Amino acid sequence: MADKSSFAEAAKDKPKVGFFSFTGCEGCQLVVLSMAEKLLDLVGAVEVVNFREASSFKSDEYDVAVVEGSISTVHEIEELMQVRKRAKILIAIGACAHIGGINCIRNFDNQFEIKKEVYKDNASHFDSILAQPIDAIVKVDYYSRGCPPNRDGEEFLEIVTAILQGKKPYIPNYPVCVQCKMKANVCVFHKEKPITCLGPVTRAGCMAPCPSFGNACIGCRGLVDDPNINAHQETLKNAGLSVEDILKFYRMLNGMMEVGK
Amino acid sequence: MPKDIDINVHHVARVEGHGNIVIDVKNGELKKVELQIVEAPRFFEAMLKGRRFPEAPQITSRICGICAVGHTSASLRGLEDALGIEPSEQTVLLRKAVLEAEFLQSHVLHYYFLIAPDFFNASSVIPLAASHPDVIKRALRMKKLADDVITVIAGRHPHPISMVVDGFTRIPAESELRDLLAKLKESLIKDIPPTLDLFASLKFPSFERKTDYVSLKHPEEYAYYDGIIYSSETGETKHRDYKNKVKEEVVLHSTAKHAKGPFKPYMVGALSRFNNNAELLMPVAKKAAKKLGLLAPNYNPYMISVAQIVESVHNIERMIYLVEELLRKGLKDEAIERQTIAGWSAKLPQIKKGWGVGAVEVPRGLLFHEYRLDDDGLIMGANCVIPTGQNLANIEDDMRALVPTILDKPKEEITLLLEMLVRAYDPCISCSVHMLKVDFV
Repeated sequence: MADKSSFAEAAKDKPKVGFFSFTGCEGCQLVVLSMAEKLLDLVGAVEVVNFREASSFKSDEYDVAVVEGSISTVHEIEELMQVRKRAKILIAIGACAHIGGINCIRNFDNQFEIKKEVYKDNASHFDSILAQPIDAIVKVDYYSRGCPPNRDGEEFLEIVTAILQGKKPYIPNYPVCVQCKMKANVCVFHKEKPITCLGPVTRAGCMAPCPSFGNACIGCRGLVDDPNINAHQETLKNAGLSVEDILKFYRMLNGMMEVGK
Repeated sequence: MPKDIDINVHHVARVEGHGNIVIDVKNGELKKVELQIVEAPRFFEAMLKGRRFPEAPQITSRICGICAVGHTSASLRGLEDALGIEPSEQTVLLRKAVLEAEFLQSHVLHYYFLIAPDFFNASSVIPLAASHPDVIKRALRMKKLADDVITVIAGRHPHPISMVVDGFTRIPAESELRDLLAKLKESLIKDIPPTLDLFASLKFPSFERKTDYVSLKHPEEYAYYDGIIYSSETGETKHRDYKNKVKEEVVLHSTAKHAKGPFKPYMVGALSRFNNNAELLMPVAKKAAKKLGLLAPNYNPYMISVAQIVESVHNIERMIYLVEELLRKGLKDEAIERQTIAGWSAKLPQIKKGWGVGAVEVPRGLLFHEYRLDDDGLIMGANCVIPTGQNLANIEDDMRALVPTILDKPKEEITLLLEMLVRAYDPCISCSVHMLKVDFV
């Protein structure tokens, strides 16, 4: 996957980096921006050529495209394909780009009815398709997971740094529970009245901020490889959830997995 | 001199979201003025329908990365209004502090990163980082301070973790608050004076057009979290009657529905708040307004950025006040354990059918969340009215008034002035394109 994707091959000089935004809250750009002090060191190593939220300078030449947001209009498909064509490396950042995220909730409703309710008789005027992650349309070389990108953007920085060094970024392939234990949290399923948590099936790497702040994992990093979904659903049922609740719970950020991911 | 001008700015830069400016002048006559919103439709209200209410703050937080705490706050206030829940005094103090922090974060980002480059003749903050490293480091330090406050109280920014109906799932430690207090006090002394010196030296374009200024208003404080809806033209409206003041309409060139007052377009945001509430600013913020030449009422939309600078000073002072209050009263361990964003396995005793509205100020203006719940706490209907949606019609009116007065300037300058006008409003376009109206049953 990442065989031809090292920065060394991407550019002999400073790699040119572009930031592209599709359907989403643009919080990923914000997280990257909040890393700016550390990024400034990196800026010495790369050249930022497209970052619309922060810059009016645009260029169509770039080696690395960082893409946030889901694809949810025909126009966005065309734009994304242009980005892919021009970029040697494509990094999908955030849950919307990685797994479709929050935008996919509406995929389970009647699309025309939704549009009609918003835009009345003008519904057909507005371009909108089922929300999809980036790799439903084009090849993605690397993923920076999470909603928002985890550890305040540290993981994104690690991924970019690894690519710069020609290494493969390390992303854990075990559940959030492992890191939640490392934080010495009491398991939410152990409480007197258990609350529900997607930690057991979600890929770690975030250091479990949600359980650490008294809440539950909502699965923003997507599923771990080979998740034990059946056992998890059984546990959720025991915690008092109906099948419908469980489906909704998974679909909050992971709706895409039901249509073949 | 009669003149043809055709301006089409595709994807205005340094604004949050995707928007185009279209101006068409034929023989010196203005034919067309549009701020086109081309962001993909989001359909948030549809996503909420049929979901359990504790999920609403988590889902709506993801409407906007910059105003995540604002959406969470409006959502919680709307749900608590529907459920008849009065959160504790400590909860309110913590929520107010975290909301002030988000204002600081958003304002600093806007005036340093998005506005300042226009005055340094730079395309972005990136060349500024090389030419004015001290300025950029200061901006980042102030943004980091805001992020730190939000992280300590709510878990992270964006998309807060611990803010739930009726309280917080984790109460910060006293030592964490003391650390914040020290940093806040340091910033007020170290970062604010040079910020004011810098922006006092910049000249903002002069253009005046009086409009209706709408914000929250509270007798005791510069209203963000609490207060009545106040219009400089039509007076007070109760939060549950917000639809008497706000009506959204579909405009074909925009995926964001425009919101207008009953009589004419109106402005929300920092300048409206300043015009309506300036006398309630904290002391250093009042001095800052004087230094920056901002007097209430002010009718120049370019001065929205200046009002944001004044507010950011106020934000730091208010956070100091709120954190000191929390420490003085002593932190109570009233963390809420039973909530989860999805699935409501441990039901709150208070769950009942209800309807409620949350109205809070967010950096770009007044935000409304409205919910209708059934007996099981399922959301039957939801409506979110976003500040930028409320400002769109007013921005177009500004452009209509501004363009004829600057037709003698070169096209590049007209374009820049229009872009600067749109940027001054700090439009948050991905927010405003949430739009689905679910009819209330």
